[in-house]
Amino acid sequence: MAVDGVSIKVEAGQVLALLGPNGAGKTTTVRMLTSVLRPTRGWARVAGYDTISQSPQVRASVGVLTEQHGLYGRMNAVDYLDFFGQLYRMDANARRRQIEHLLEQFGLAEDRRRRIGEYSKGMRQKLALARALLHDPPVLLLDEPTSAMDPESARLVRDAIRSLRSASRAIIICTHNLAEAEELSDQIAIIRRGKIIARGTTTGLKDLLLGAPEYELRAARPLDGWRPDALENFTLTAQGTDWLRYCTPQPAQVNPLLLKTLLERGIPVTSLQEVPRSLEEVYLRAINSPAGVEVGHA
Amino acid sequence: MLERFRPAFIVTVREVRDQFRDWRIVVPIFVLTIFFPFLMNFTAAQVVSFVQRYGGEMLIGERLIPFLLMIVGFFPVTVSLVIALESFVGESERRSIEPLLSSPLTDFQLYLGKLLASLVPPLVASYLGVAVYLFGVWRNVGWTPPPVLLTQVIVLTAVQGVVMVSGAVVISTQTTSVRAANLLASFVIIPMALLMQGESVLMFWGRYSLLWWVIVGQLVLAGLLIRTGIAHFNREELLGRELDVLNLRWAWHVFWRAFAGEARSLSAWLRYEIVRALNRLAIPMALMALLLVAGVGIGIWQANIYVLPPGAFDLQQLKEADPVILQQLQVFGFFSVQGVSYIWLHNLRAVALATLLGIFSFGVAGVLVLMAPLALMGFLAQASAGAGFPPFVFLAAFLLPHGFLELPAIIVSGAAILRLGATLVTPSPGQTIGEAWLKALADWVKIVILVAVPLFLGAAILEVFVTPRTALMLLANF
Repeated sequence: MAVDGVSIKVEAGQVLALLGPNGAGKTTTVRMLTSVLRPTRGWARVAGYDTISQSPQVRASVGVLTEQHGLYGRMNAVDYLDFFGQLYRMDANARRRQIEHLLEQFGLAEDRRRRIGEYSKGMRQKLALARALLHDPPVLLLDEPTSAMDPESARLVRDAIRSLRSASRAIIICTHNLAEAEELSDQIAIIRRGKIIARGTTTGLKDLLLGAPEYELRAARPLDGWRPDALENFTLTAQGTDWLRYCTPQPAQVNPLLLKTLLERGIPVTSLQEVPRSLEEVYLRAINSPAGVEVGHA
Repeated sequence: MLERFRPAFIVTVREVRDQFRDWRIVVPIFVLTIFFPFLMNFTAAQVVSFVQRYGGEMLIGERLIPFLLMIVGFFPVTVSLVIALESFVGESERRSIEPLLSSPLTDFQLYLGKLLASLVPPLVASYLGVAVYLFGVWRNVGWTPPPVLLTQVIVLTAVQGVVMVSGAVVISTQTTSVRAANLLASFVIIPMALLMQGESVLMFWGRYSLLWWVIVGQLVLAGLLIRTGIAHFNREELLGRELDVLNLRWAWHVFWRAFAGEARSLSAWLRYEIVRALNRLAIPMALMALLLVAGVGIGIWQANIYVLPPGAFDLQQLKEADPVILQQLQVFGFFSVQGVSYIWLHNLRAVALATLLGIFSFGVAGVLVLMAPLALMGFLAQASAGAGFPPFVFLAAFLLPHGFLELPAIIVSGAAILRLGATLVTPSPGQTIGEAWLKALADWVKIVILVAVPLFLGAAILEVFVTPRTALMLLANF
């Protein structure tokens, strides 16, 4: 079974990043959401339509960037997009306008009449993305949107995805690029062996899986062994001559209090900041948790 | 209505354009459209000239020209087979099928679009080839085709194309690689080659009217193949299948689960599962009963067309020579256990043959085999009228005694065969074509072995020991 009991909800205006190792069930999930695969159990609604009984409506409402681009090498970009525009029942004027706009946006305008077979990997990826966006769908399912792209092109695509966020559009991105997932998404879902093992906002997942945030305070002069032991909800994790690291579940209360205490003691503070916690840590923690253990939902 | 077909046409137009961008398709089509008709022109002119020069039978030349017309039409359309074979599996292999499957196209639209795309360019090429050939023979030997023959060739070419394409598209949707599809293409090529030989015989024989039957037969076959393709078109299979693996363990598991059913003991199986299988066959059984009646009707109809000469079917002899006839019947194995086993095994062989033919013909040929004895009975019954016996007396004498067991046996086995064949053209949601077929096979085994075989045995006993006496008694007293 490729996926088992996957439960996700993405509201209009949200971007969900679906993360997981190869073979975890990301692509299968996307295919079920596009009504290409039929779930043996359960249900899904996409853009208000049931994926089993209203599959043509679902497919009309979804823009999909598939893992394999699936382009026709002998066609040129304009003909290719026009073909899909017709399948999505766009009228000729809207098609022409949208095709011009997307080719401009993705920097493919100059190559519009070249055969797709002559395109580079990155150009193909951009064209495939343009195909997904062509009919301005309310739901976007993007499987590895920036894979095989050079950094500049990847930036361009990420910007495009960011610009696609709107109150009326829901986006799901499947990716192995964790920095991209963190940058683009409001929510993260981690899937392993067909099951969602962690879901929530990036911050929520970090708190859940890595514990309370850690802060680092640097002073302008040595602390002379001073420790703020009297502070509640404060756990010292490391200390140097002029710095200390600590964890607190209530930074809004603890941090001002700590600053005030130091200033009262005549110790000027040069910086106080949260220690960066990468999504990679969250991901690895979730993925490597014992089999069958639900990491939890934030 | 047109809106329903529009997306299919969009797919067709794209694919046709793509084909004309591929020189591997364009070159053969061009050669078969232009060069090949010229070659056939040359051949026709040479043969006609040869025959004229040596004062031979002009019939040979006259028959050769229409035959070559058919060949000129057929050759370019064979390209459609190659295109159709890779229509789905080729895209699947190139991974370009997923965006299509994710588009709002329905299964029917996608299927039809691909089917037309495989058919249209080779068909247009065929007609161009025919035009080139006809122009050539008109110029060289002054021959013009009779309008009916020309219509037949045009329709026949199209129908042959549809049959090849629909068969090839079915293969294309059910395989995982172009290589596998090409290997399976022999299931289309060999029957088409045999068909062409049959059509060639008709052309040289000059029985052009029979070509209409060939056309109708192929139309029915094409319809069934298209239905098969659409019924078993499965997006999931197209995307998900990576390997063609013959999984015998899985096949046995599916078969056994369907065969054993939910019964926990032999008695429960006999009581419930057989009844359930019969219930599943209710519609095919009703259809089979109607077809047997139709078989009798066909026999009666044919008897009215092919009337036997007077005296050829003299039942009066049977009336008068009763004791002698009984002795003669004994010589032929009647009134003996050997006779029973012979008739029983003969009927079982007929069912086995019907099953085999039914599997490869969506059940149709299998049913025809089982209808044949009834058609013969209808023919003889009608012929008996000429000998002074009402047909129903003949049927009561020769069919009724053992028929009350044999007819149900034919009906149930025919229904099982029909279902086995029809499974291939019936949608089976949630299961693969193989799974559905194995379940139908399990029902066939249950019904044929546990219902039909005992019934046939009972019928054979009656046919050997009771029917001859009843027949002679009835005829003697009529």
